[in-house]
This record gives sequence, C-alpha cells and structure tokens, in this order.
Amino acid sequence: MSNLKSLSINDVVEPIELEPVNRLDLIKYAGASDDYNPIHTIDREAEKAGLPGIIAHGMWTMGNLSRLFSQHIEEGYIEDYRVRFTGMVFLDDVLTLQGKLVDREDSLLIFDVNVAKQDGQKVIQGQVSFRLWE
Amino acid sequence: MLYEFIGNRSSKVTNVIEKGAVLKFAKAIGETHPMYIDENYAKNSSISNLLVPATFPVTLDYGTIPGLTLPSVGLIHGEQSFHYHRPLVVGDVVECYREVKDYMEKEAKSGTLGMLTFTDYGEDEQGELIFENERVIILTETVRKELSY
Repeated sequence: MSNLKSLSINDVVEPIELEPVNRLDLIKYAGASDDYNPIHTIDREAEKAGLPGIIAHGMWTMGNLSRLFSQHIEEGYIEDYRVRFTGMVFLDDVLTLQGKLVDREDSLLIFDVNVAKQDGQKVIQGQVSFRLWE
Repeated sequence: MLYEFIGNRSSKVTNVIEKGAVLKFAKAIGETHPMYIDENYAKNSSISNLLVPATFPVTLDYGTIPGLTLPSVGLIHGEQSFHYHRPLVVGDVVECYREVKDYMEKEAKSGTLGMLTFTDYGEDEQGELIFENERVIILTETVRKELSY
C-alpha cells in the first residue's frame, strides 16, 4: 500500500468493489442513520413512490465512498467532501468506488471520486480534498 | 413561500459524539479500519481517539427551523457536502444548528422544481467551527404543491 503523499496527478486510489447491495445493508443504514424513509426498505412504499423497487439511501453510498481513504486515514483527514447524486442504486447492484488525484496544493490533495454501477453508470460524482498532517 | 425562509436558523442543540452511535454507523457503511472501530488501536494512535466517518454528522440533531416543515417522503437528495476544520472524534461535544442557505426554482420537463439548500453547522464548546455541511434537497412539483408555503 503506497501512501497518499507519494501519489502523482492522475494516479488512482485503490478501487473498492462492494458486495451486491442487499436489503439488510439498507435496513442497517436506516437504523444507524435514523433515516427511515420507507422507499429504502419497504417494496410497497417504493412502488407507491413510482420506483421499480427500493433504492439505497444516497448517504449510504456516499458513506461507503469515503472508505476509499480509510487506509490512509492516519496520514491526514478528509477536509472537504462534496458529491452530486446522479443515479439510483437498486438491490443487487454491484458498486465500485473509485478515486483519482487531480490536483495538489501543498498539503491538500484533491481527488475526483465516483461510484459506478456494473453497467458503468455513475450514481455519485464528486470531489474529496484530503489534508495531510504536516 | 420557501424564499422567505432563506437565512433562518434553528436554535443550537448540544450533541455528544457517542462511541456506540459511531461504531454502529461505521459498520453500516462497511468501515473496517481500526481508527474507526477499534478503541484500543485508536487510543494508541497520534489522534488518541476513535475517528468519526466523514458522513456521520448527518445523524446529529440540528434542531428545527421555526415554521418550516417538509414532508418525510417525496424529497430528492440532490447534493451533499461536508467541510471540516479538524477531524471529528468520539467524545466531542458539538453545538449544532441548521440554516436555510438558499432556495431557488427552475423549470424542468416535469414541472417547476424547488431546490432547497441547508447548511448544518457544528461548533465546539469554545464556539469554533468544527464542520459546516451542505445538503441540497429537490422538491418536485407534486411535493411543492402539497406544501402550504
């Protein structure tokens, strides 16, 4: 495992492929985050909202994406993390978390990050600014 | 009208960053690094406390904006950001409050969409900002019409 400090522009962070999304993931996240919007856990409620099935909490996916930096978390901290939610995640989707260094300003490393589905569709796109300890 | 809420704030609410809540949250997002889930490991690190996942502040209590009630269903989360002045750790005591940062409407094929931006603030006991996080909520025409604003 290389450290973030040694990355060059356009280098990628080691991607993470998640297990297929299952209902229990979303039930656990609902409990841990206190977000009980039923479109994330109950089929009938999702269908009532015009969806083909339950969808993952955007924040579950965004929370997972932050793990790209976990193995480096003793090198510094996430100073800024911003995303747009650009697609829906359904049960059994296989998500890949990806990040690439796009800029650096002294101790601040700026990464483009995204979450892609099995068909390549991006469901989250954004940026992480990681502040290295001096 | 929702425009009238721009700039309105909630009163501060004291939140304690609890170990149990953080561990449960960390596990729910699949976190496995010991800085987030192993207290002994974290105690012996340079930070000497369990770290808090970057997105954890969504679980905190920011109080309510007087007069503003949104439906619990039908909202679309469009954007989210977290901005930290230092890492958040277990044991922190955080004074939290929320502000309606912006509201705008735009025309889409499905009708007029409302875009409501909230900023959530977290301060330490000395009043120094620890974080400021933004959330953009999209209100569809159907949801907007249900609101009495």
